[in-house]
Amino acid sequence: MKTVKVYGPGCKRCETTAEMVQDTAAKLGIAVEVVKVTDPRSIALAGVMSTPGISVDGRLVHAGGLPDAAKLQAWLTA
Amino acid sequence: MSTETQDITHHRGGPDWLWYAGVPVAALVWWQVYGQLIPFSEWVTSLVPVARDSHTGEAIAFFVYDVPKVLLLLTGIVFVTGVLRSWFSPEKTRAILAGKRQIWGYPLAALLGVLTPFCSCSSVPLFIGFVSAGIPLGVTFSFLIAGPMVGPVGLGLLYGLVGWKIATIYLVFGFSIATAAGFVMGRMGLERYLQDWVRELNAGPAGDLPEERLTMIDRLKIGLEQVREIVGKVWIWVLVGIAIGAAIHGYVPEAMMTRVMGGEAWWSVPTAVVIGVPMYTNAAGVIPIVEALLGRGAALGTTLAFMMSVIALSLPEMIILKQVLTLRLIAIFLAVVASGILATGYLFNLLL
Repeated sequence: MKTVKVYGPGCKRCETTAEMVQDTAAKLGIAVEVVKVTDPRSIALAGVMSTPGISVDGRLVHAGGLPDAAKLQAWLTA
Repeated sequence: MSTETQDITHHRGGPDWLWYAGVPVAALVWWQVYGQLIPFSEWVTSLVPVARDSHTGEAIAFFVYDVPKVLLLLTGIVFVTGVLRSWFSPEKTRAILAGKRQIWGYPLAALLGVLTPFCSCSSVPLFIGFVSAGIPLGVTFSFLIAGPMVGPVGLGLLYGLVGWKIATIYLVFGFSIATAAGFVMGRMGLERYLQDWVRELNAGPAGDLPEERLTMIDRLKIGLEQVREIVGKVWIWVLVGIAIGAAIHGYVPEAMMTRVMGGEAWWSVPTAVVIGVPMYTNAAGVIPIVEALLGRGAALGTTLAFMMSVIALSLPEMIILKQVLTLRLIAIFLAVVASGILATGYLFNLLL
């Protein structure tokens, strides 16, 4: 079970990112728990400056803009 | 694994040669279409059964000419900006600005504010990221003001719709206001007016993201993605702005315009600023209005003040920043930037 955190204040792109993570994980057959982090303080503490940001099991892998589909697969399978 | 993913990205976006050939071809088509806008709009206007020189005829001609023109300009500017900005990121900017306590940290921050890609929905994490990395508050403000104030969309449209002289004046003064406002606020020692939790926060540079290596194709894709996203979002503002511009152009008599937005009345500049703050639109929506105002004889200073206020001082932005700034600090921020805008407005009304 991987924990994927999506950092963002709840803008449309953050929602889309969270959905992308769910869909990609489902397609790859990987069990994930997607947590949306919307509190500005927690976002800042994670070191995210441009949203949406993504961390997989505590490791920050992406910040700013929608993630690339291929890269998202790589992060989830790594 | 990595080679596989590479292949996926490549095939989805078409082969490389298609990009290298497609972008110049698109630019050429863009240029050709842009050159035909006047005959095209006159032709469309002639199809409408109203006299060309009537109020309605003038308004229709303005609308029919401006809609394709603004949309074309917007597409071109957003694409080029998107590609250029792919070389910048908030993380890189933070690394450059951290430790710049000298005076030229302010203009540098303003310059990076224009070049760094960020959307207003990430201004809070960005603000915290900057301040917690030890970037002085004033320098951070210079960055945050310059971003919207002298954004490429506003400048490019001003250049295309109103002309290079006014676009240059706007660039110089917008940039100066961003730099000076940050400097003044830096001098005021405002750190104590941050929200408590922000002051206590010691967010280290935890986000050690590996730097992405982008190919030229990746950058072109980013540009195209930006066009899809931004043009898809702002086209409605553009239409509303042009409709208002067309109404002004067709129906507002010059005598009335000079009375209300002329340079003589002392209150015209502050009024323009006050009206501009709650107006929430983007540069693409306001420039057609500016074009029509200037065309009908509004004073340059008043119009510049209005435009700067609409673009740089927005209520939603303030509400977002309320999470990190106390009301007092927001008030100071508003006052300092508004003073700069007022000064610019009065200066140009005096000079011209």
